[in-house]
Amino acid sequence: MSIARDVVVTGIGLVSCAGEGVVAHLAVLAAGAPARTDTETFAPYTVHPVAPIALDGQIPKKSDQRQMEPWQRLGVYAAGLALESAGVKGDADLKSRMHLVVSAGGGERDTAVDGAILTGLREAADPGAYLNEHLQNDLRPTLFLAQLSNLLAGNIGIVHGVTGASRTFMGEEACGTDALRIAQARIASGQVECMLVGGSYSAERPDVMVIHEMGGYLRAHDFRPVFDRTPDSEAGFILGSAAAFLVLETAEHAAARGAKALARLDIVASDRTRRQPGSTEASLAALWASTGLDAPDAVISGATGVAPITAEEGAALARLAPGIPVTALGDVTGHSLETTAPFGAALAAALVSETGLREVAVTVVGHRRGEGVIRVTAP
Amino acid sequence: MTNPSPRHATNRDTKGRPLVAVTGLGIVTSLGQGQADNWAALTAGRSGIHAIRRFPTEGLRTRIAGTVDFLDTDPLVAPALSQRFAEEAADEAIAQSGLGRPGDFPGALFIAVPPVEIEWPQRQALAEASGQNGPITYTDLQRAAASRRFDAWHDLFIFGTVADHIADRFGTKGSPISLSTACSSGATAIQLGVEAIRRGEVKAALCIGTDGSVNPESLIRFSLLSALSTQNDPPEAASKPFSKNRDGFVMGEGAGALVLEDAEAARARGAKILGYVLGCGEKGDGFHRTRSSPDGAPGIAAIRAALDDAGTEPDAIDTVNAHGTSTPENDKMEAMSCAAVFGDRIRTLPVSSNKSMIGHTLTAAGAVEAVISLLTITYGRIPPTINYAMPDPAIPLDIVAQARDVPVRRVLSNSFGFGGQNTCLVLADEPA
Repeated sequence: MSIARDVVVTGIGLVSCAGEGVVAHLAVLAAGAPARTDTETFAPYTVHPVAPIALDGQIPKKSDQRQMEPWQRLGVYAAGLALESAGVKGDADLKSRMHLVVSAGGGERDTAVDGAILTGLREAADPGAYLNEHLQNDLRPTLFLAQLSNLLAGNIGIVHGVTGASRTFMGEEACGTDALRIAQARIASGQVECMLVGGSYSAERPDVMVIHEMGGYLRAHDFRPVFDRTPDSEAGFILGSAAAFLVLETAEHAAARGAKALARLDIVASDRTRRQPGSTEASLAALWASTGLDAPDAVISGATGVAPITAEEGAALARLAPGIPVTALGDVTGHSLETTAPFGAALAAALVSETGLREVAVTVVGHRRGEGVIRVTAP
Repeated sequence: MTNPSPRHATNRDTKGRPLVAVTGLGIVTSLGQGQADNWAALTAGRSGIHAIRRFPTEGLRTRIAGTVDFLDTDPLVAPALSQRFAEEAADEAIAQSGLGRPGDFPGALFIAVPPVEIEWPQRQALAEASGQNGPITYTDLQRAAASRRFDAWHDLFIFGTVADHIADRFGTKGSPISLSTACSSGATAIQLGVEAIRRGEVKAALCIGTDGSVNPESLIRFSLLSALSTQNDPPEAASKPFSKNRDGFVMGEGAGALVLEDAEAARARGAKILGYVLGCGEKGDGFHRTRSSPDGAPGIAAIRAALDDAGTEPDAIDTVNAHGTSTPENDKMEAMSCAAVFGDRIRTLPVSSNKSMIGHTLTAAGAVEAVISLLTITYGRIPPTINYAMPDPAIPLDIVAQARDVPVRRVLSNSFGFGGQNTCLVLADEPA
């Protein structure tokens, strides 16, 4: 309907076990292992816990901090970093027009309450009545708001005043790619000028380990590089706490407000194929071709470490990007599900803006479904 | 274009974008399955609210809901029920549209689904399987999960599975979008479809809102926020939007599905066009996690944005399909927002809330109510807001207390949700 406009990244906000901000993350990109690994707190599972952050820096009100659970605090914090880096933190008018897409799951359980109820249910004469009574009396009323998927976006509206309108995409790894895809498409087509896009994941919660242990997707061993996790040496992912947000806008919009374009978000391509041997490799190859990637300077892979798709992705990248350095995000932050794609895209943009790379590819293959390829270039 | 087309045959909207037609509708609510049963019940003013039979309600302050009891799943958990309702609604919508072939829908999927997590029966099963005889902790649940006996529950309780199954069954194209904007989710699913068609990315979209999450914890969470009506007896009288004695919403279940098409493509294949989505508007509210800005500005802005996007003046709206939850807060703020947009005309503009009969179908509401809005246009009859026996003098709206026969060409459908979510749609019989 109209000529596609360039979509540029003007702000990046990152938080993970490596710390916060672009500099901290670029410093550990080549380290080969995440900066923090905890094998004890959630044993037998390994976790890459978030580095200590001073929440007050981006969430000044304690009352706001109290209303949120860790996944929301991390996300709101990273969103604040992105707004700051884009130079729009103080621009109330722009933020009131800025739209938001969040990729997220849901929030933490109150594990103590759950455990106590499960213990009590075992002996309860009337389990239904017991459950009702204890949920009514023991759940914190506001916990619901810390669990609801769309309330990360809601909190970003409240804390940062980003109130154009928000949409929250759910669905593990794929929703992060699609959050970027749809944000990019809306801006490129002229439906909106400026957006904040990103996700947040807190790995330091035992309830998510139950979910991912079912199905055997979780690695119950110490860290080993993602692409080295063969089935023999225990495939699977190690969860990492991470949040990433990007400010996206048209190149014109950025220029008009005197903002520096850090990188261009060229194309975000995604698909969902029925998983069968070879389907991941074929899907990645098709998406790679559709993005026009030729010879990127670097690849950031969101590979999970789950077999056999991680090996398939490795094989695909060996053919698509021969000789080009591939960094697994899992070796930087651990696996952060819905946050993987925004984190990868943000790191790619940082590589372009800070190290002078011309083109970076990001791949995102979901542990159960969904494939994505993102192309980030110099503006 | 050689001939200037008559208005109804245009393929572009007032802003020059591809016009978005609706060619298929599907609906499941506590009133029944399918357009015919729902329409008959809705226009007869029948309530689908009843005492909850699905689980024990002993000790609960609220013991009623608009559950869909005639569809079943095993296990009976929110994601499975939500998927089932979505399948039934999508089946009906796709069949009506005649688009594609069975299992091969030539368009994208946008589906609003309730957030997912393990439910209590499954937690209990894990606790039992752990063999722990002392206090249960999540370590015990993890150990049980590692037994491999429960592997099937992984997919059941992750967020992307419902959409994945729907995509698989109907053969939608590309990566399906699962979304939540709380109680405006269904409207957002439609908005995403409209935008994708306007961008020219797709010629068709399957847009669904679905919700089957009436279970003890979901109900208690809303109850703890004092959001639910506690007037349990009689159940059918509890949901009374815009009434002076309203005291909260009643949870409902169901699904709404719409097949949206680029109008030009729909005409080219000779499809029957049921109506158009002329405009979508949204506005965030950063005032509070559950309450609206006291001045109503975001709600007002969302309505105005929808009208503007539709290229429509307020005067061209024939009726408002209200969000009308029956909570003291929502109905007051919605009335204020409508009054600000429609001016004095609000006293004579018919406003009705389907939630009086089906309860608040939460994630599904925006889609369910869009389907009902399009049926309202088709049949020229506005379903009533039942239980409107005690009007709230502070809400000077023309609430449709009895089904009203009146030509309806354009409907404003409102959806407002927790987290500052406001999404409005303009649905019409013809292009603007």
